[in-house]
Amino acid sequence: MTDKLTPVAEEPIQADARSRELMASRPSSSFFKAVSAVVWKDVQAEVRSRELFSAMLVFSLLMILIFNFALELDVKTRQSVTAGVLWATFAFAGTLGLNRSMSIEKDRGCMDGLLLAPVDRSAIYFGKVISNLAFMLIVELIVLPVYSVLYNINLFIPGLLLVILLGSIGYVAVGTLLAAMSVQTRTRDILLPILLFPIIIPVLLAAVKASSGFLNGADMTEILPPLNLLIFYDIVFTAVAFMVFDSVVEE
Amino acid sequence: METKPLALTILDIVSILVLVIATYLALVFAPTELVMGDVQRVFYFHIGTAWTALIGFMLAALFSVTYLITKNLRWDRLEVAAIEVSMVFFFITIVLGSIWARPAWNTWWTWDPRLTTAAVTELIYAAYFMLRQGIDDPERRARFGAVYALIGGLSAPITFFAIRFFRTIHPVVIGGGNAAAQGGFNMTADMRVAFFFGLFAFTIIFIDLFWHRVRLGELQNKVEQLKLQSSI
Repeated sequence: MTDKLTPVAEEPIQADARSRELMASRPSSSFFKAVSAVVWKDVQAEVRSRELFSAMLVFSLLMILIFNFALELDVKTRQSVTAGVLWATFAFAGTLGLNRSMSIEKDRGCMDGLLLAPVDRSAIYFGKVISNLAFMLIVELIVLPVYSVLYNINLFIPGLLLVILLGSIGYVAVGTLLAAMSVQTRTRDILLPILLFPIIIPVLLAAVKASSGFLNGADMTEILPPLNLLIFYDIVFTAVAFMVFDSVVEE
Repeated sequence: METKPLALTILDIVSILVLVIATYLALVFAPTELVMGDVQRVFYFHIGTAWTALIGFMLAALFSVTYLITKNLRWDRLEVAAIEVSMVFFFITIVLGSIWARPAWNTWWTWDPRLTTAAVTELIYAAYFMLRQGIDDPERRARFGAVYALIGGLSAPITFFAIRFFRTIHPVVIGGGNAAAQGGFNMTADMRVAFFFGLFAFTIIFIDLFWHRVRLGELQNKVEQLKLQSSI
């Protein structure tokens, strides 16, 4: 009996030692592996269900339709409000995606599974950010040509695409963190836009300003300040979210 | 139950006294401004409340960082108290500013950096209380509150500088001048007395209210714990 028991008793110790060894010698590549695993999981789930993407896309198109009636988008108004319409659309559609991406984690206890994984918590954060960002960018890449065709305006300006990328990064960096908080509250989905919108006003402001600058062919000296602000915001809030994400998910 | 500390009672009385003196200085003692007339007297309270509210918000951000590091719920109570009192003070600032803006700028409201930032700040902290309301577990409520207070405290100044890309008409009364600013003026010695006493008075009142709110938070905590004990 005793010979049989010893290996059983030894095994967890060995496993523990091995995992500790793994943790200690964990190279930075395992962090990226963990991040890409989270991204891959989200992409695969999305490819199978298409829940998030289709909701965001259809919502965006509906928003453009509503703006068409609300603002009487004739040739003259279009010049001045295109950037605003686009960013309002992205901001509202973005909350749909963020809410969904976090609530599916919460609903079936997937988040607990993720948290149990022996990886750095920030890997989960960055994984979620990257997948959310990917979905948002895909939706934006579809909305842009549709808007171009519907309103006969060329939106494929490299500078504008850069602004959309930078703006989306800032939006998603804060949005993912706040979505992780809001799904854990009683009011859940309702709370995210209320938490998110006052915080991302600098992003929207700078993005609209830079976008309309590129659309109207403004001077680079006029576009640079909002562009710099976007980069600054992205860096600051990604760093802060990275630091505090632990306290948002810990149980 | 512990009674109200004597120091707090004294502070209550001092608060009422300085408020009365500040009101006298602002409404009677200070000379009437030449261009804007009596409405300029709003200024002494407008700056007093704004000053204390901004310091309160900054303190709250510091408390939230301290809470996230120490995880001691005491810091959470300080943070809530600072935000709650500051929010009320800031609301008074906005209302007073609006009253001043009507004759000075001929409008109740304008989308100037300061005004917009003030509105956004109030909305951030309104969202902060909505967030807290939605969470039952006190420890999680404190954690999420601290995270949001920290992010909000960072975002508000960035909003301010972001809107500075647009032109401002809000005067910078102390130091610096802006050609486009309207409604600025230079202070006489008597005005300065009223002005600095206003700052002092509202700082005292802020400390008094803050202390009360922290005590209230501690009592709330005690009640919650007693409820838990009696249910077990």
